[in-house]
Amino acid sequence: MSVALRILDDGAWLSVNDQRRVSVSELWRVDDPDFCDCDLVDFIAEGFTAVSADGRDVAVTTYGQCIACGKKGVPGKLPVGRIRNGAYRGYDREHMIMRPMSGRTDE
Amino acid sequence: MPTDVERWKSEIYGNEIREHLYRFAESGWESIPDDESDAWFERFKWWGLYQQRNGQESYFMMRIGTPNGVLEPGQTEVVADIAKEYASGPAENPEFGDTYVDWTTRQSIQLHWLKLEDIPEIFEKLESNGLSAQQACGDSWRNIVGNPMAGKAPEFVDALPVIHELNDRFKGNEDHSNLPRKWKVSVTGAPDGSGQGDINDLAFEPAFKEIDGEEVRGFNVAVGGGLSRNEPRIARQIDVFTRPENAADVAAGISALFREHGDRENRYNARIKFLMDEWGPEKFRRVLQEDFVDFELETAGEDLREQYTYNAGGEEHGDLIGVHEQRDDKYYVGLNVLVGRMGADDTAELARVADTYGSGEVRISQRQNVIITDVPEENLDALLDEPLLENYSPDPHPFMRGSVACTGTEFCSLSIVETKNRQVRFARWLKQNVELPDGVEDFHIHLSGCTASCAQPQIADVSLRGMKTRKNGEAVEALDIGLGGGLGENPHFAEWVGQRVPVDEVPGAIKNLLATFEDQREGSETFREFIARQDEDELENLIEPEETSYEDPMMHNTKLTWYPYAENDSMDASPAPTDGDGNPLAPADD
Repeated sequence: MSVALRILDDGAWLSVNDQRRVSVSELWRVDDPDFCDCDLVDFIAEGFTAVSADGRDVAVTTYGQCIACGKKGVPGKLPVGRIRNGAYRGYDREHMIMRPMSGRTDE
Repeated sequence: MPTDVERWKSEIYGNEIREHLYRFAESGWESIPDDESDAWFERFKWWGLYQQRNGQESYFMMRIGTPNGVLEPGQTEVVADIAKEYASGPAENPEFGDTYVDWTTRQSIQLHWLKLEDIPEIFEKLESNGLSAQQACGDSWRNIVGNPMAGKAPEFVDALPVIHELNDRFKGNEDHSNLPRKWKVSVTGAPDGSGQGDINDLAFEPAFKEIDGEEVRGFNVAVGGGLSRNEPRIARQIDVFTRPENAADVAAGISALFREHGDRENRYNARIKFLMDEWGPEKFRRVLQEDFVDFELETAGEDLREQYTYNAGGEEHGDLIGVHEQRDDKYYVGLNVLVGRMGADDTAELARVADTYGSGEVRISQRQNVIITDVPEENLDALLDEPLLENYSPDPHPFMRGSVACTGTEFCSLSIVETKNRQVRFARWLKQNVELPDGVEDFHIHLSGCTASCAQPQIADVSLRGMKTRKNGEAVEALDIGLGGGLGENPHFAEWVGQRVPVDEVPGAIKNLLATFEDQREGSETFREFIARQDEDELENLIEPEETSYEDPMMHNTKLTWYPYAENDSMDASPAPTDGDGNPLAPADD
């Protein structure tokens, strides 16, 4: 079963099968020593630029910044949920530690 | 590869969306196929409808485009009536009640909490009174802006006939209805820069030129301005002058150039400012001349930018608040609408007052205010005594006068923080607690919830933009602070010097900033001049956040609520989606 993944409204949110699933303004803990010097990046999602299905993971390329140190950039693709049997399940993003899957760029 | 949005647009877009919109309205919210809703909501924007944010799914914001902000006699009452009948929300806003009208920075009107099922009736009421939501959003010609008093206040060249011609020609025009991205146009005839052309995709600004031995008044043309996405640009002169009667033909050529050459593969790169970055004005002009117009373009004339005083950093307000004389010896009275939001009952009262003392016409400014026009001198005193003016003052305190705010997380998907109510609280606190330095009458504070910049923060004295931070370990709403933005002959975007300031410390930061300005000011230096002479380190030192008596009840993540002011604000408590009567439908699978 195919799943429609898209970023809409100027990168404001991720749509999965025509339902809004992830929105800008979420705060995520990201384990990415290359992004900034903080032990964990305290990352605010400011805008989504791409989405991909990477294995079962749905991952978003996200512009944002570490609200602890101010470092801005794109910490690679970040997994926000998964597809199982054609259905999307969002991860508990508030309480998990994310690890970028690839493709980090700095500002 | 074209984006999904471009694919949807290539299938159905423009005028034809309307029949589908009516079909869905007739059969109800639930009739929109689950796997087509993204496509339809994207398309509905072309007809002025924006789906409200997460938690408010079946409700829509409607934007009504009023060219140059002109509401003809009778139209303000129609807007108030529609708001009262259709735009009452399921929960109340503590500052503005449950039914209100928003006047926007692009001289348009926004109503919230509309239900899909009511849209045909609303369109009928609008259109039978000469109003329309057509192309108010979406990828096409948006509402055309300018000096709101065009045609009635002094102008170097008459802008209003050009604005009407552009509106008539490009609204519903199949050749220009599907552009790569939004298309914002400003036409200014006044010599003070008050049309804000510099921040539009296409700007016509007053100029003159000697042609065949005769001085001709018209417009110079600039392209590629805009504020969004951390990529602000001032529109660039393309060395073209046009007579007023040729402006629509020049605009058609530029719009067609954008249609053909704008980036349809990457929406983040689609605005014409990015094409201008790539090409530069010389290539832009050459391609326009060679491929998109069939007449010889005139080279640029002499502009009037040296005379620009609007938001130029001086002490001239330029915002048209207060009592001013028109060309015809009548008067207009500009009223301050704090953050641009007016209760529906007050809007009806505005219509009555405008009809009683003026012609009934009301105009909307780019500072979210309203103007009552055509007031004979003998009616002024009685108008100024009206109770309505106690809340919408023609002589407001500078902190009230200078406040602009976007929609924010109350309704908008893009925003990161609450905005309108917060800016109201900021303005009230500042008015009560902060003295402005001597002679400072004009001080702009603009609050935008995100980088889309709908409140135009980059052209304010103090720019505020939504962010998050942690305070005592808790995630709280915060603001980045920019300083020293403005327009005028030499426009300048604000320098972002304060990062992630918790919202409850922002009023204290502004208080301290103004105290420093007063302390370090040289002579009668203006705030903008003061900021301009600071180096980077000095600018950062100007931001001293501080807790004060100001209290902010919306420090938490307002985006995670279904409606931040609801008694039970959790997403689970949302009534949406609802049917046409506002009754909750069964929850969708998650």
